[in-house]
Amino acid sequence: MSGSRLPTAEFEAEDMVRSAQIAEAGLVPEPEMLQVLAPDGVLSANLSAEVAGSVVDFSPYLSSTDPAHLRSLYRDMFLLRRFDQESTALQRQGQLALWVPLTGQEGAQIGSGRALEQQDYAFPTYREHGVALTRGVELTEILRLFRGVTNGGWDPREKNFHLYTLVLAAQSLHAVGYAMGMQRDQLSDPALPPAATIAYFGDGASSEGDVHESMVFAASFDAPVVFFCQNNQWAISVPSTVQTRVPLARRAEGYGFPGVRVDGNDVLAVEAVTRWALEHARSGRGPVLIEAYTYRMSAHTTADDPTKYRLTQDEQEWRPRDPLLRLETHLRSQGLADETFFEGLTQEARTLAADLRAGVLAMTGPDLADRFAMVYAEPHPLVQEELQLFRDYEAGFADEGTRD
Amino acid sequence: MATMTIAKAINEGLRAALAQDPRTLLMGEDIGDLGGVYRVTDGLKKEFGALRVVDTPLAESGIIGTAIGLALRGYRPVCEIQFDGFVFPGLNQIPTQLAKLRTRSDGMLSAPVVIRIPYGGGIGSGEHHPESPEALFAHTAGLRIITPSNAQDAYWMIQQAITCEDPVIVFEPKRRYWLKGEVDTSAPAVDPFSAQVLRRGTDATVVAYGPLVPVALAAAAAAEEDGRSIEVIDLRSISPIDFDTVTESVARTGRLVVAHEAPTFGGIGGELAARISERAFLSLEAPVLRVGGFHMPYPVARVEEHYLPDIDRILEALDRAFAY
Repeated sequence: MSGSRLPTAEFEAEDMVRSAQIAEAGLVPEPEMLQVLAPDGVLSANLSAEVAGSVVDFSPYLSSTDPAHLRSLYRDMFLLRRFDQESTALQRQGQLALWVPLTGQEGAQIGSGRALEQQDYAFPTYREHGVALTRGVELTEILRLFRGVTNGGWDPREKNFHLYTLVLAAQSLHAVGYAMGMQRDQLSDPALPPAATIAYFGDGASSEGDVHESMVFAASFDAPVVFFCQNNQWAISVPSTVQTRVPLARRAEGYGFPGVRVDGNDVLAVEAVTRWALEHARSGRGPVLIEAYTYRMSAHTTADDPTKYRLTQDEQEWRPRDPLLRLETHLRSQGLADETFFEGLTQEARTLAADLRAGVLAMTGPDLADRFAMVYAEPHPLVQEELQLFRDYEAGFADEGTRD
Repeated sequence: MATMTIAKAINEGLRAALAQDPRTLLMGEDIGDLGGVYRVTDGLKKEFGALRVVDTPLAESGIIGTAIGLALRGYRPVCEIQFDGFVFPGLNQIPTQLAKLRTRSDGMLSAPVVIRIPYGGGIGSGEHHPESPEALFAHTAGLRIITPSNAQDAYWMIQQAITCEDPVIVFEPKRRYWLKGEVDTSAPAVDPFSAQVLRRGTDATVVAYGPLVPVALAAAAAAEEDGRSIEVIDLRSISPIDFDTVTESVARTGRLVVAHEAPTFGGIGGELAARISERAFLSLEAPVLRVGGFHMPYPVARVEEHYLPDIDRILEALDRAFAY
């Protein structure tokens, strides 16, 4: 990085970005990237890194490497991928308006979601289907939004999992505000279990002003919030190298709180690092930024076409780092799961897909008349008047049979 | 009964709200030790502490976005936006998040956030400090917008905004902050979303709100000297609009002039003109006329007196209505 970065022509700019991307993708993980489960399925005992000037040992935060636990992590990720495939199929068949795939990010999502305690509260983007699963949201509930029967889908207060936010980064501020509320609740009632929020966003949204403002606010007030950035390398068609000149985790330094980069495809490391970060936040030491380094193995959405902007080579280079593959390799090589387990899972996934499909096909749209009552909490004369006009208009067709 | 300025009345209203409900919080730039650039929150941090009266970083989206998060946690945040033109850095959070949370959650979530915005010109200020952007927000379903014009309303309306389950934007007429009036802190509050007839008349109706209410009243007094009886309505609520009160008035007077500082194009006056023509067409003796700002960015301070609707502009509109 020397001299002028100004490209002399458009194609040179593209080349520069692409070559940087390829170079980065081809590199071994950067030294500060935390990992315990390597792509070859070998589990390492060491999980420590220098964070904000001192060495932090994350290994006490590792969940049990008990085979049952490892199998349950694998099960979540496996079912999630099947969910993703079925949802994509449902979109292709015209049953969903759009689908936002998460293939490749299962480790980052299941790992971080499993680290949350019941009293913690998560603020997702629109791709956090894995986190939703860990919070007890029914997978069919997620599809209600993409079926177009609601803009929400679940009761956030019941799941401690906020609704999907489509104007990206707006939710990072909600997470900070919510955390400021938790902070106040804790002060007025010390008997409450310490709690934190987790704000999900991606490498693309990291450029939004709201992410900046949320980090400023969180730092100013020591808000108990964990910023969880899934760097999946692509903001639709623009690579992360356009969003940032430094590893995203390092941005935390500028705000005055710790930032760590973790291998987002290593579900165990993600779980441990997130658990550490949440404890850090809950104990009053302020926010943490986690950059989960991962890869969007599929398209941005079903309306996207990655062949127009990225190379097959790029995708192939990431394939061996698949979060499912490495855990499967580990389970098989260590004899922690037998063929019966994997076959059972395949069968379970098949049932899940069938149930999902049946659930989606059974979803019907709401009555527009009911939507009038959801604009305001208190009576509103204009809404009431327009509802009456709408009802009168509809009633005018009563004698003409069905309109549709 | 006590005599106080509008700024002091809002201050007292905020104090009462803070005392009444521990979930109420104030947040904004310089609202703590300084008491806000207009001193509306003067003394409140000292009385209620830094956790309840929060000096925030200089970031409007941050203020409104974190207020939404606090509201989701059960708090009642009241945000101060320092000047009208400064709401724009925080604009995304208002229509995309605050206004839509209830609908997005199929009615499950409420976002009882209050946003206070000093608005309007007439104080010789620089760019972005004399604007009237209320119509931008009125067009967004899910928000409520009110604007007091006197100390009594200022005291009560801020408290009503805070207890309302919906998000409320309170536009405060900054050039009237020092206008004194009687405040009855024991009086039962009038519905903040209703208009009020301030002066009875028989020949024409003038509707105004916020900073132009005193101007409309003065115009009505001047018209009286010419033998015209003008009814003056303080709209008070911009969303929803109390069309019933205006319709009832126009049905009696037959003429309507709407005055606001904001540009007339796409403004509240246009909405009133349309609704009243729908509801009281046969009562109208003349088209509904609008007096407001021109379709230009708010001009430099040296010429704002020619831009702002004044008594003569309202009287001229009345002349046209009578001549029709």
